[in-house]
Amino acid sequence: MTAPLLTGTGITKDYGATPALRGVDLSVAEGEIVAVTGPSGCGKSTLLHCLAGILRTDRGSVIFRDQDIGSWSEAARSRLRRTEFGVLFQFGQMVPELTAAENVALPLLLAGSGRREAREAALAWLDRFGVADVADQMPGAMSGGQQQRCAVARAMVTRPRVLFADEPTGALDQLNGEQVMLAIVRAVREEGTAVVLVTHEAPVAAYADREIVLRDGAVDPTGLGVGAP
Amino acid sequence: MSTAHVLLGLLAGGPRHGYDLKRAHDERLPQAKPLAYGQVYATLGRLERDGFVEQSGQEQEGGPERTAYTLTDSGRDRLTEWLTEIEPPAPYVTSTLFAKVVVALLAADADRAREYLTAQRIAHMTRLRELTAVKTAPGATVGDVVAADYAIGHLDADLRWLQTTLARVADLQKEVIA
Repeated sequence: MTAPLLTGTGITKDYGATPALRGVDLSVAEGEIVAVTGPSGCGKSTLLHCLAGILRTDRGSVIFRDQDIGSWSEAARSRLRRTEFGVLFQFGQMVPELTAAENVALPLLLAGSGRREAREAALAWLDRFGVADVADQMPGAMSGGQQQRCAVARAMVTRPRVLFADEPTGALDQLNGEQVMLAIVRAVREEGTAVVLVTHEAPVAAYADREIVLRDGAVDPTGLGVGAP
Repeated sequence: MSTAHVLLGLLAGGPRHGYDLKRAHDERLPQAKPLAYGQVYATLGRLERDGFVEQSGQEQEGGPERTAYTLTDSGRDRLTEWLTEIEPPAPYVTSTLFAKVVVALLAADADRAREYLTAQRIAHMTRLRELTAVKTAPGATVGDVVAADYAIGHLDADLRWLQTTLARVADLQKEVIA
């Protein structure tokens, strides 16, 4: 077993008086796909947000490559999400005023790449996900499946070491969801990208190498995520 | 699945000999159990007896002599009939999974039923992951993906049932031991 790439230890997070996470441990190895599953409200999205440095934990630590990113400034964590981390949400969250190619090129431009270079890379990634034909279309003119593939391309364009995917197929019909998952998994396997995949669907979780189940903000050792009433 | 009907289907495109049929079967239905030659010839024998196929000559290409078979009109009718027959939806309620939960409640208690459901879920998830890995393997064909999806759909239905049943074990116990 190689040293973990990303390790969360004792992650605790409250929303006001409501505890969302109560001491969750999770580590992800280089290139490993880990599914985080559990019923609605179990804290799985909050865990993803904490691991990706979008939310600060109240207690516990998130270590990426031997560095405690929890102690970093918002600017430093934001930079991390533009380079080493890729983030993908349920609804692609494409910038509506930009074309597909401009959306995908955006993280590279923010990271300082030249315009031409960024567009070339964006087109290559769109092609890889089978949506090169919509490169110059606005998100509004695209189907949900096309938008989500573009969002995957945008999350992968910086060739991150970890991809955080929060219900990436949640807004799609079954076939489109399948195709998006196949595209993600093939790409991350080729790139050696680790993935934290939040989902409540077993067939989506089955794309992962391993699964942890949350229940009421803690890891459920039974793996069922459902308690006795 | 009926091997006889699959062979009739493979013959619909023109005459073929047994060896060729076996190869085509295994290639088209990669997730099915590979056909044994004996089974191919035995099935062809029955189909010939029933008038669905007939021998249409010998073929020899540097190897042993092979008998080619052709679909008859009657065979074509049988194939059409089979394709229009709806398969009865399987009565999954009688499955072993359900029986085990009830027996666990009768013979032991709710904890025993929960232990079983938990262990069964792990086994189902493991199999689901194996089938999903087939789909993402380099070089996976559309046939591989479609075949895996069929099994995945059924396992997913079982998993949903395992999950909801776990939440209902206590209520079910009251009913079972009433």
